[in-house]
Amino acid sequence: MHEFLFGIYPYICLSVLLVGSIVRYERDPFTWKSSSSQLLRRKQLIAGSVMFHTGVLIVFFGHLVGLLTPIQLFDMLGISHSFKQALAIVVGGVAGLLALAGGLMLLHRRLRDPRIRRTSSFADIGILVLLVVQLLLGLATIAISLQHLEGGQMVAFMAWSIGIFTFDISAASYITDAHIIFKIHIFLGLTIFLLFPFTRLVHMLSAPIGYIFRPGYQVVRSRRKAASTDSSSAHAQGG
Amino acid sequence: MKIRAQIGKVLNLDKCIGCHTCSVTCKNVWTSRDGVEYAWFNNVETKPGIGYPKNWEDQSKWNGGWERTKAGTLQPKQGAKWRILAKIFGNPDLPEIDDYYEPFDFDYEDLKSAPEMEAFPTARPRSRITGERMEKIEWGPNWEEILGGEFEKRSQDSNFEGVQKAIYGEYENTFMMYLPRLCEHCLNPSCSASCPSGAIYKREEDGIVLIDQDQCRGWRMCVSGCPYKKIYYNWSTGKSEKCTFCYPRIESGSPTVCSETCVGRIRYLGVILYDADRIHEAANVPDPKDLYQAQLDIFLDANDPDIRRQARADGVPEDWLEAATRSPVWKMAMDWKVAFPLHPEYRTLPMVWYVPPLSPIQNASENSLIEMDRELPDVRSLRIPVRYLANLLTAGDEPPIVTALERMLAMRVYMRAKTVEGVVDESIAQRVGLKSTDIDEMYRIMALAEYEERFVIPTTHRENVEDAQFLRGGCGFTDSNACSTGISQGSLFGGGVRTLSLPTDA
Repeated sequence: MHEFLFGIYPYICLSVLLVGSIVRYERDPFTWKSSSSQLLRRKQLIAGSVMFHTGVLIVFFGHLVGLLTPIQLFDMLGISHSFKQALAIVVGGVAGLLALAGGLMLLHRRLRDPRIRRTSSFADIGILVLLVVQLLLGLATIAISLQHLEGGQMVAFMAWSIGIFTFDISAASYITDAHIIFKIHIFLGLTIFLLFPFTRLVHMLSAPIGYIFRPGYQVVRSRRKAASTDSSSAHAQGG
Repeated sequence: MKIRAQIGKVLNLDKCIGCHTCSVTCKNVWTSRDGVEYAWFNNVETKPGIGYPKNWEDQSKWNGGWERTKAGTLQPKQGAKWRILAKIFGNPDLPEIDDYYEPFDFDYEDLKSAPEMEAFPTARPRSRITGERMEKIEWGPNWEEILGGEFEKRSQDSNFEGVQKAIYGEYENTFMMYLPRLCEHCLNPSCSASCPSGAIYKREEDGIVLIDQDQCRGWRMCVSGCPYKKIYYNWSTGKSEKCTFCYPRIESGSPTVCSETCVGRIRYLGVILYDADRIHEAANVPDPKDLYQAQLDIFLDANDPDIRRQARADGVPEDWLEAATRSPVWKMAMDWKVAFPLHPEYRTLPMVWYVPPLSPIQNASENSLIEMDRELPDVRSLRIPVRYLANLLTAGDEPPIVTALERMLAMRVYMRAKTVEGVVDESIAQRVGLKSTDIDEMYRIMALAEYEERFVIPTTHRENVEDAQFLRGGCGFTDSNACSTGISQGSLFGGGVRTLSLPTDA
């Protein structure tokens, strides 16, 4: 069971995440959206959403960098394991609390405001509940981490996650001894990856960073130009 | 110089009777769907009033349009790009649906199914969002119809800027006019500039501004970016929508639905050529009062041989050039100077223009104007304050409005002399800087307004860019994947096959 959940399940989740997102983007771009509900109710959204997104982004990139950077790099830079863990606890803890506060506001709004409740899909509510539970679990792991500050457990998780991405068959065995809270946290995280393409979470892949680099402000489209660049292929087809 | 053509529009407010046929036909065609019940791509407001959505003209509140920074650069009033991105998690400038109105329907079924009872059965309202009973409807799409509500509230209208408005609350001095509104299809659209996804674009061929529904991610910055509040967030699909200028009709040479069905014949459609390279310069003149003239300055005369040559080189089709010489929009905006942009101070260079309305003369008997014959009354004695119209149409600059109103009055006096007394009085035309032939044409276009003269719309030349063989049997118009051809464009699954040539960035 452990082998399946932490050795095989990650691949199922990541594959569905990758292929599912590509297929959805390719076949049904109309459904690719953030699904903002701000128009229907402004109350609680601005504060809740800003806190939630800011917190989650910090936590997300914290996990990404913290788990997937080879431990040797930290050793080379002279960053001790215990210091890295302390850093993760402090930054993750603060950002996690921020995200949790925002997430609870959003969840309360989504469940209790009739306008938002009636216009929410099962997936909208479900994914928000999962994210809030995941935040709670993540914050709960801090309590466990505080009991062993030497960072060994953290290094095991790093080895596991790098192992997954380097197709290390024995990856799951690195975290056999981890506390159950950690295991549930990882399992739920993987499950969120699995559900990702089927929910509004896909909007994060469209984070419009490119806007900053857009030359000028205006967008003008032309059929004439499209025709001149496509003419060769169109004629080949038309012939 | 880069010449582009746009189908522009003029609404002659002098003839608008406020019947809402435009709004209703538009709604039936475009927004009778879930998520946009509250949206009216075309709506008619009674002015003075705060309008729809509430106080849309108050940009100190909504931050729509553009602003010229102290450094002299032009940027969206809601902020530069990084500021807009910073608001993406929660947009402080976005209206709430209650600023429009909560959409409702009535329980008509109750009228039929009610049991026998003492009271007459009623159809009570129900929210179209939650499906719940609405005890009291607090606001609607046209709540201020014909000066509905108290003056206190209506006078929040931003166009009272610089007008001693208190006296207009008195019954004897009251005034009103109708203002039909739709997307302005601006030369410098702030919606498209605010869109982080780059989903909103202006079409090079006809100037219509559209939202790519597949590319829209629902970041909703366009809703706050548009100063006219003519972009609507569809709360059901999570995408923004706007007036399409009925582009499928325009492409085939038909007027938009609102124009076609206008019973007052107040709407005009025609080609305007403009210099695309000077858009930024025109939108960025320091004094807002110069914006109207700056926009006129980038319009190009299709009768000028040099302009025609350049236009052909830039890809404007021959029949578009021909149509531009007969454009009623050009005549009213450029030849007679009776049409004006709506709120040029937003710096978007709007392309739906308005002829200001005449109004009854105040205290006509006191001013002994009753027996006036072939005299032009002072336009400042008209019921609607000139300043109010100037705030609406010329960023507060009164002289152009005065000239336009005088020309329209002159047209009436001239035609009265001509038809009643049989006298062609050239001096009337000269007094307003026109020739009698100009006034004859003004009368034909603006008063008679025959169909062919109101709508001079050349067709789009799709045949040059598309192979119609592949369009045969297609499903035409769809805004989702429901009618996919099954052929992708240069994608992982579809290879490089391309049958429809979609517009690309110019």
